[in-house]
Amino acid sequence: MSVVAIVDFLPIAAERVGGALGQTDQQNLLPARELQAMSFIVHIPLVCFGIALPAMFMFVEGLYLRTGNPVYKALAKRWSKVALVLFAVGVVTGTILSFEFGLLWPNFTATFGSVFGLAFALEGISFFVEAIFIAIYVYGWDSLSRGAHFLVGIPVVISGVTGSMTVIAVNGWMNDPGGFDVVGGKVVNPRPFQALFGGNVWHELVHMYLAGYLVVGFLIAGFYGRRWISGRRDLHTRTALVVGLSFAALAAPVQVIVGDWSARTVADNQPVKLASFEGLQQTTKGAPFHLGGYYSKADGGGVKAGVPIPRLLSLLAFHNPNATVKGIDTVPAADRPPVNVVRTSFLTMVSIGTALMALGLFFVAVWWRKGRLPESRWFYRALVAAGPLALLALICGWVTTEVGRQPWVVYGFFRTQQAVTDAGGLWIAFTVMFVVYAALTAATVWLLRRLPSTPARSEAPEAA
Amino acid sequence: MSLALVSLVLVMAGLAAYAVLAGADFGAGLWDLTAGGATRGGRIRGMVQRSMSPVWEANHVWLIFVLVVLWTAFPTVFGSVFSTLYVPLFLAIGGIIFRGTAFALRGHATTIGEARVLGATFALASLLVPFCLGAALGGIASGRVPVGNATGDLWSSWLNPTSLTVGVLGVVTGAHLAAVFMAADSVRAGLPDLQRAFRTRALLSGVIAGAVAIGALPVLASDAPDLFAGLDHGGGLACVVVSGLAGAATLGLVAAGRFGAARATAAGAVSAVVAGWAVAQSPYLLAGELTLDQAAAPHATLIAMLVSLGIGAIVLVPSLALLYRLVLNGTLDQEYEPLDQRFKP
Ligand code: HDD
Ligand code: HEM
Ligand code: HEM
Repeated sequence: MSVVAIVDFLPIAAERVGGALGQTDQQNLLPARELQAMSFIVHIPLVCFGIALPAMFMFVEGLYLRTGNPVYKALAKRWSKVALVLFAVGVVTGTILSFEFGLLWPNFTATFGSVFGLAFALEGISFFVEAIFIAIYVYGWDSLSRGAHFLVGIPVVISGVTGSMTVIAVNGWMNDPGGFDVVGGKVVNPRPFQALFGGNVWHELVHMYLAGYLVVGFLIAGFYGRRWISGRRDLHTRTALVVGLSFAALAAPVQVIVGDWSARTVADNQPVKLASFEGLQQTTKGAPFHLGGYYSKADGGGVKAGVPIPRLLSLLAFHNPNATVKGIDTVPAADRPPVNVVRTSFLTMVSIGTALMALGLFFVAVWWRKGRLPESRWFYRALVAAGPLALLALICGWVTTEVGRQPWVVYGFFRTQQAVTDAGGLWIAFTVMFVVYAALTAATVWLLRRLPSTPARSEAPEAA
Repeated sequence: MSLALVSLVLVMAGLAAYAVLAGADFGAGLWDLTAGGATRGGRIRGMVQRSMSPVWEANHVWLIFVLVVLWTAFPTVFGSVFSTLYVPLFLAIGGIIFRGTAFALRGHATTIGEARVLGATFALASLLVPFCLGAALGGIASGRVPVGNATGDLWSSWLNPTSLTVGVLGVVTGAHLAAVFMAADSVRAGLPDLQRAFRTRALLSGVIAGAVAIGALPVLASDAPDLFAGLDHGGGLACVVVSGLAGAATLGLVAAGRFGAARATAAGAVSAVVAGWAVAQSPYLLAGELTLDQAAAPHATLIAMLVSLGIGAIVLVPSLALLYRLVLNGTLDQEYEPLDQRFKP
């Protein structure tokens, strides 16, 4: 391991951008960030259901169409009702996020809206289609013919994909901006399509998709696994368990590979973010990766009290144990993200990702070799934990991406502090929204927990 | 027509659709609130639940549509409006959360107690949202939003005569639309008692909405003279007249029991108000500060957006048509059930 002595300041932004609404006095930065983060943390688990649940209930409906067994219909119907409730909550929390583009970051939207807005216009169309067809699907179970009903489900799946793809395109663009020029501090010559499909979109999209399947698959598997192990071994429980578990178990190993792809893209596009994953102070050839510990600025900066694994960071970032990895000090202190937040989130995500992969592979191995579900109680205990852990990994992943992007809102061009609103009283808004979100979460969880266990009357006659 | 104008027409069309469709969903909340005790109000509430369930989410997306087109095509307007008017807009999103969640969850309540709490939340939030959004629009219309990051007045930008009038108008027109729509739904469901109940409500709320609208004119004349000047001649005046005639026609049709046609005229009356506002304010988007052409994003953005929306419309328009056809021909109707009956053993 040798320290490379060149301090080449990163080629971030040839020219900085001034805000279209003028200077801000940035006293609101902290509450605005916290409010933004809180809103995302509420929205993003719901999004997972929007991504993954339609594919799952369509799969079960496919089983029903093939076998004619009403148990499958009852299960698909019930999941689609859950999806509709969660869609509704996703809609309102998503609306909050849209408002926050103006309420919290008016100068960001005013300055760059002409560049990234297109993605949201496409998102709007997608969500329209999704809202329309999910309603027809759920309220049409008994009035549409079987074939027509199945067809109505297909646009739900597709629009879930395109909707979140366009939003992720915006996030990818914020992390790897393009599609505009800067002249005299002004954003000119927007090329919206080019902005949409920059370098970070693709790994974020695939990684988020798999995350959706992991989160929903493991949550479902945990719920029905508990029932299964407590002796309710009917076809309904078994189908639900196997479907949820299979989706999650297949996604888990792939997620690790895609995570590696993400890391390599970040290494190319956002070296300081990558250096923060590890807490790598100086540019280093054959850089190690520390497990545990914390980053400290003392003694020139670096990880304290962690267990180093030699050359792992170089391997991870460039697939070459001797590669040179840029350090945090390649940029001035004012351009660095809060390293410990990024690092801790990243480590948590990767640890959970590895554990989920092991769990998934174990299930696949048992299924393959013995053709049945695992019997071990430990497996089911792990399953119950896996859903919440996947959720934690999801949030940690986003914190890695978003906090790792700091202090920029548009990486290299526009600082978060330039974007923020000048309106006061944001802590009041934060407090109120905290209470609102807590009530929302409590009510939703409380009612949904009951939904799958109480036989809804409309489904009961057919259920076994 | 310039690209900027086309984009503005899209924003206003989205706003009109939201005012009509989502406005009716908010209005349904008012009737839910005033339906009376659990037993007496059960029949009305059952109808509210049944009418709104399949459509309210799609109706809500019009708001998202307005926002995203606004921030893409007119980014500075969006930033200025949202930073100055953040108090009513924050209140509105609080209401949006409570309204949507409580409504969706009420469909799964298992006791009358739960249904009551969720219903009250849904109904009160349904009043808050149209009022706050109306008040925000009143602030824009009366020229109280300057260009800049929260440079307008925190309170008087939305607590002023125009805003209060538009807010109240938002609530009562929603109630009127809801009553008209649900009277028609009751005919389809073959429930004469509900048909009578909603007919009465439609007439009553229609008269009140008309009175508020007429009362708004002197308010505008004194509080927003620039806007008013745009309404007393030409296109602005035409919109006012059309809106008045359509409103009067709605009352006649409702009285005659022709609810299907009344749906159309009621929607027309509300859309004409939205159009009239845009015409009266032109060429300004932010009165006295920013004209349509100054506010518009560069050509490349507008073209990209319009082309994308045009392609999107190829999918969207038939989908919307399908939804409303299935709703209106009863395919998506659930069996009607008074809300309180669900909880009887
Ligand atoms: C269930 C969720 C989950 C799991 C198990 C993992 N991830 Fe992840 N990760 C996410 C969910 C996530 C995410 C959906 O939250 C993020 C945020 C932004 C994105 O693209 O995906 C993310 C971001 C993210 C980033 C930052 C991308 C960027 O900033 O552009 C990297 C480098 C990784 N991940 C790497 C990994 C590795 C190496 C993993 C496995 C060992 C892993 N992730 C497991
Ligand atoms: C700034 C970021 C975001 C904004 C402004 C936003 C906005 C919205 C809005 C307005 C809706 C409601 C759509 C409707 O009315 O039907 C929604 C729902 C949804 N969003 Fe987001 N969103 C954001 C982040 C994300 C992210 C990061 C993803 C995915 C990775 C995502 C995926 C979805 C999906 C799949 C839905 C459908 C609702 C559901 O199925 O629960 N969104 N979002
Ligand atoms: C894909 C859509 C997303 C978009 C367009 C987006 C956009 C933004 C914007 C505009 C900000 C405020 C400016 C800033 O702080 O830099 C922000 C901050 C933040 N976002 Fe995202 N975001 C997205 C997804 C997410 C998700 C899903 C999470 C999940 C937890 C998340 C977590 C955060 C956090 C923690 C911050 C605050 C960062 C800080 O200030 O330290 N983001 N995001």
